[in-house]
Amino acid sequence: MGILKLDNIKMQFGGVVALNNLNIDVEKGKIEALIGPNGAGKTTAFNVITGVYTPTSGDVYYNDKKITGLTPDKITKMGIARTFQNIRLFKNLTVLDNILIANHLHVKSNFLSHTLRMPWSRQEEKNMREKSEMLLDRLGLLSLKNEIASSLPYGEQRKLEIARALATDAKLLLLDEPAAGMNPSETMQLSNFIHDIRDEFQLTIFMIEHHMDLVMEISDKIYVLDFGELIAQGTADEVKNDPRVIEAYLGVEEDA
Amino acid sequence: MIDQRKKHNFKLYNIIIFIVFVAFITALDLKFLGDDYVRRVLSLAAIYTIVSVSMNLVNGFTGLFSLGQAGFMAVGAYTVAIFTVPLEKRAAIFYVVDQNPVLAQIHLPFVVALILGGLLSALIAILIGIPVLRLRSDYLAIATLGFSEIIRIILTNAKSITNGALGIKGIPEMPTMWVFFGVMILSVTLIVLLINSSYGRAFKAIREDEIAAEAMGINLFKHKVMSFAIGAFFAGIGGGLLASLLGTVDPKQFYFTMTYNFLLIIVLGGMGSISGTVIASFIVTIGLEVLRFFDEPLTLLGFNIPLFRAGFRMVIFSALLMILVLFFRNGLLGQKELSWDMITSWFNKKTLRRKEKGGAL
Repeated sequence: MGILKLDNIKMQFGGVVALNNLNIDVEKGKIEALIGPNGAGKTTAFNVITGVYTPTSGDVYYNDKKITGLTPDKITKMGIARTFQNIRLFKNLTVLDNILIANHLHVKSNFLSHTLRMPWSRQEEKNMREKSEMLLDRLGLLSLKNEIASSLPYGEQRKLEIARALATDAKLLLLDEPAAGMNPSETMQLSNFIHDIRDEFQLTIFMIEHHMDLVMEISDKIYVLDFGELIAQGTADEVKNDPRVIEAYLGVEEDA
Repeated sequence: MIDQRKKHNFKLYNIIIFIVFVAFITALDLKFLGDDYVRRVLSLAAIYTIVSVSMNLVNGFTGLFSLGQAGFMAVGAYTVAIFTVPLEKRAAIFYVVDQNPVLAQIHLPFVVALILGGLLSALIAILIGIPVLRLRSDYLAIATLGFSEIIRIILTNAKSITNGALGIKGIPEMPTMWVFFGVMILSVTLIVLLINSSYGRAFKAIREDEIAAEAMGINLFKHKVMSFAIGAFFAGIGGGLLASLLGTVDPKQFYFTMTYNFLLIIVLGGMGSISGTVIASFIVTIGLEVLRFFDEPLTLLGFNIPLFRAGFRMVIFSALLMILVLFFRNGLLGQKELSWDMITSWFNKKTLRRKEKGGAL
């Protein structure tokens, strides 16, 4: 059974149908990808999953629980975390603060006991810091923990955004174009990185990506979206040879 | 090693500065130094510090553009005024419309009334925050400004509770300046502790990027209401202190223009800097007094300088404000906090520059 299920999702903005009859079933523990030409509705699909948009019709299920209509913070609390196409770090805060903020959703004691530094809140804060430093250490960012997020090199910012999503203890990670703006060798590293974290944190990964080499290499299953509709799904080889996919990407061959 | 020693020194400096500060205030308080005027201005600065720091929590740290500070202060001020005036004086104050018979029987100690005023402010903040905090930032500013005016109009018209436009006189004065400075130290400490806690980080996350904050599982609405209510609580406390400093309250004190004083202070000090706000509170409060010089007629070499008249002070003040916004958009400290490291590096830079100049010659 899939960890994430989109059931007949339709998303309409005024007269524009951004997504139509979208059915997606992401299997637990797999790396699956959503591809398609610009404007196909990939990020809209992510926004529907994470609660930024409520779909016009259809439902989203996470672990068989209906999550349609929940606010983004509730959905994150249930275990779905995301990254953004244009990096959205807390730019003026430190690397460690970025990770600590993602831990805030687990805080149990209230603001008063945190302000007054009650023993149980101190313990909570201490655990949070230890956990965050451990995560940074495992991802190789620990030496940068006191740097301001916006001062990091681009690749590290992407990595930090993934780290931040992991810090929420999510089990399903949605990556919106993680390799955007990366050169081939950085993309290779990212591919290994995604594989590693999937294994280490027992994640399911669902990503939007334009780098075809990356997608073809690491995805267990690929969904192809065009003008809001799913035109193909399957393994890399299946999708690559699908005439509708070729048409969507390269256009129709006309008779001379 | 050297770093360790340096840190040790800084700690020592902090203690020394704190002792000097305490000694200075105590000396003023025991009337070894200064006069009543100085004591009053400094106490006012302490109150302004409380309100400005609370406003910075909302505007500078949570990124909500709220302009309701004067309204929340009014709630605190009136709570203290209504409950701490001695019972026997009440009839003489409420001579046009009798005081509400229930309220006329209740007298509370100052501390209780002060905290009650803060809590009442916070409660009102929650009630108006629930609809208003769903709005985008610029609408929030308008809504809070409107709220602040509504409070003032209610105060003017609820005569049996507030004595209307006549105001309430005879609020007991405090025997010592330490009431104001003590509450100031306590309030600023609490706000700093809050800002450096997990909740404070969540506030900053909302300021930095709402969409990302929400995607990280932060309940935007809950945290915005929380910050707004805590800000209102301390504004209410500041208002209560103001009532007891002045000994009298009336609705005209709480015009929305009062909020602009605090806005000026947090912009000058740096949105998102507590130490900047504290420094700016004292600069602005004392500065407004020093500038009174411009309000008095001035005769120079037998000529009466025509500009110097009542109100000119505010012209100068506005001009300074414009210069500030044009050239120091981030205020004194921006989002940073004042630290010894900052001071030493500033001095080092200065001496370095001087040395470089020397080399060139």
